[in-house]
Amino acid sequence: MGAASIVTLAPAGAVAGRAPGAAMGTVASRAANRKTSLHRQRQWALWGSYAALAVFVVMFLMPPFYTLMTSLKSSAEISSETGSPWLVHHPTLENFWYLITYPNFQTYYLNSVMITILTVSISMVISVLAAFSLSRMGFWGSNVLSTGVFLTYLVPPSLLFIPLFQIVGAIGLINSVWCLVLLYPTLAVPFCTWIMIGYFSSIPKELDEAALIDGANYMQILMKIFIPVAMPGIIAATIFAFTVAWGAFLYPLAYLYTSNQMVLTVGIISDLIRGDVFQWGKIMAACLLASLPPIVIYAFLMDYYVAGLTAGATKG
Amino acid sequence: MAEVSCRRIVKEYDGGVQAVKGIDLDIADEEFVVLVGPSGCGKSTTLRMIAGLEEITGGEILIAGEVVNDVPPRDRDIAMVFQNYALYPHMSVFDNMAFGLKLRKFPKDEIRRRVDEAARILDIAPLLDRKPRALSGGQRQRVAMGRAIVRNPKVFLFDEPLSNLDAKLRVQMRTEIKKVHQTVKTTTVYVTHDQVEAMTLADRVVVMNAGMIEQVGTPQELYHNPATRFVAGFIGSPAMNFMPCRIIDGNGGGIAVHVNEQILLPVPPARVERYRPYKGKPMVFGMRPEHLFEYHEQGRPGWQRVDLKVDVVEPMGMETMVHFFLGGDPICARVAPETDCHPEQILALTADMNNMHLMDGDTGRVV
Repeated sequence: MGAASIVTLAPAGAVAGRAPGAAMGTVASRAANRKTSLHRQRQWALWGSYAALAVFVVMFLMPPFYTLMTSLKSSAEISSETGSPWLVHHPTLENFWYLITYPNFQTYYLNSVMITILTVSISMVISVLAAFSLSRMGFWGSNVLSTGVFLTYLVPPSLLFIPLFQIVGAIGLINSVWCLVLLYPTLAVPFCTWIMIGYFSSIPKELDEAALIDGANYMQILMKIFIPVAMPGIIAATIFAFTVAWGAFLYPLAYLYTSNQMVLTVGIISDLIRGDVFQWGKIMAACLLASLPPIVIYAFLMDYYVAGLTAGATKG
Repeated sequence: MAEVSCRRIVKEYDGGVQAVKGIDLDIADEEFVVLVGPSGCGKSTTLRMIAGLEEITGGEILIAGEVVNDVPPRDRDIAMVFQNYALYPHMSVFDNMAFGLKLRKFPKDEIRRRVDEAARILDIAPLLDRKPRALSGGQRQRVAMGRAIVRNPKVFLFDEPLSNLDAKLRVQMRTEIKKVHQTVKTTTVYVTHDQVEAMTLADRVVVMNAGMIEQVGTPQELYHNPATRFVAGFIGSPAMNFMPCRIIDGNGGGIAVHVNEQILLPVPPARVERYRPYKGKPMVFGMRPEHLFEYHEQGRPGWQRVDLKVDVVEPMGMETMVHFFLGGDPICARVAPETDCHPEQILALTADMNNMHLMDGDTGRVV
């Protein structure tokens, strides 16, 4: 009986001794399999993302590429029907040279630069001050006012340009760059204020309380604490205001009609398209020259821009 | 440095909610006063009213004898340390500490001297060039204290400054704060919900509850002579045991406490006359865990034996907490670590009746 027990126990013990090892081996191999399958899935996801991105890159870069190619062609090459329109056979800078030396184009450029700088400056001063007071000073009706500021942004500018024409006409600013300096901030300020309200609200309240106790007044809190801390938001709002002023088409088309007052967007169209003659090479070169400032600014400030927009969106 | 006085101060929010219901408090020059109480008791609101960050609905606040109700925070000559440090993230440690002095147009040499001195006291001199994000929680809190110290204000205000730190660092910083107060001796008002912080730091503790002051006193006074059941329960860890009781006639002309209608404990002769008027009324018997310990054969006057069935045993190393139930009420005793006890065992305990507390069952006042 005892021997039998021993005989019975020995294999049982052996099995018991082996079983955990085998189980562990199975668990380990399952874990490895799962890891491999996860790894494989992740790789598929990665390749899928790259493929989708590649399609988008091609789609989005095709127009600028075509613009660049056309701008480097002479009028004869553009109108020639031989060869691929995507390639340049005899590259030339004559279109760029023409524009750079063309007095009207210089005027459009300078007008655009001036209007943009003034619009951005005015919009940022107003929206930073407005956002600070709305988010921090907690006066009666500030919440309603904050919502109201954003609601004004929802009104499409294309609905406003006719009534605004009446107002601009009444104050004698039709066909003057100053009407755009007056009007663009009305488009930029609400959105910039909304971004800044979101950004300022994300700054802990204790920070301004600490500054108040340290001896700062509200203007010092804004200048020395809020503006440096909220710099990404300010940059995001600045880029938005810049885009509004630099790329606007409808308002200058409606309000400006002489060459000395025109801006780039409208000037290019009205000067380089004469009747049914499209000077494609010059139009494309003008588009590239006009795109230069936004590209440079975006490239330098892209990280801030994205961060700022996100903060504005989630905290607003 | 200065004294701070609160005269019937009230804070009422829109909608009629009263956070602070007319409190009176006088804080002496160089005193370290801790406001303690549960969440929503009005302690932080009181501190913020002293700071000028909350408007006062009623009453008066005086700093150095001057009514400051309408004085903005920057002109009250106070410094405040916040729970979340509130350091300016874009400035270096030096600039954070120097900010208040720069705004007050102090000469550069003087700013440098003061910041260096504060950095030396707080042991943060090597960190002066770093940004707050490069600091640990404890270092940030030190910088926040440094920002307060450099100003050499009349009053320091601390709003739960240690709540964001881990347990070990909290104990360390508690000692630092006490050391700083011993060095600079500025009048300090400190808010916390942690009664251990209150007891260890304060010259006087103000226990608040529901917008009112329950009791003001030294840590020892609050511990030994709580005025109300709330204070008795709030101060001390683990909390005091409470059980319903009645005062009844005892042997030899004495009286006894009939606790939970289950055990009878004679009242020490010194307290008989004090408690006799409450005979027959619904009362609450209170005893701290440290006054309920393992039974000793050689007892002292006022020590009473109580036998209870052990529910849970919690060995803490230097002592063991033993939990019981008496008539449905939980009881905690603090026994020596070598005491042999295990759940379901009947354990013989000593109740030190010289340290008993008796509270009015209706008002909660200690009698």
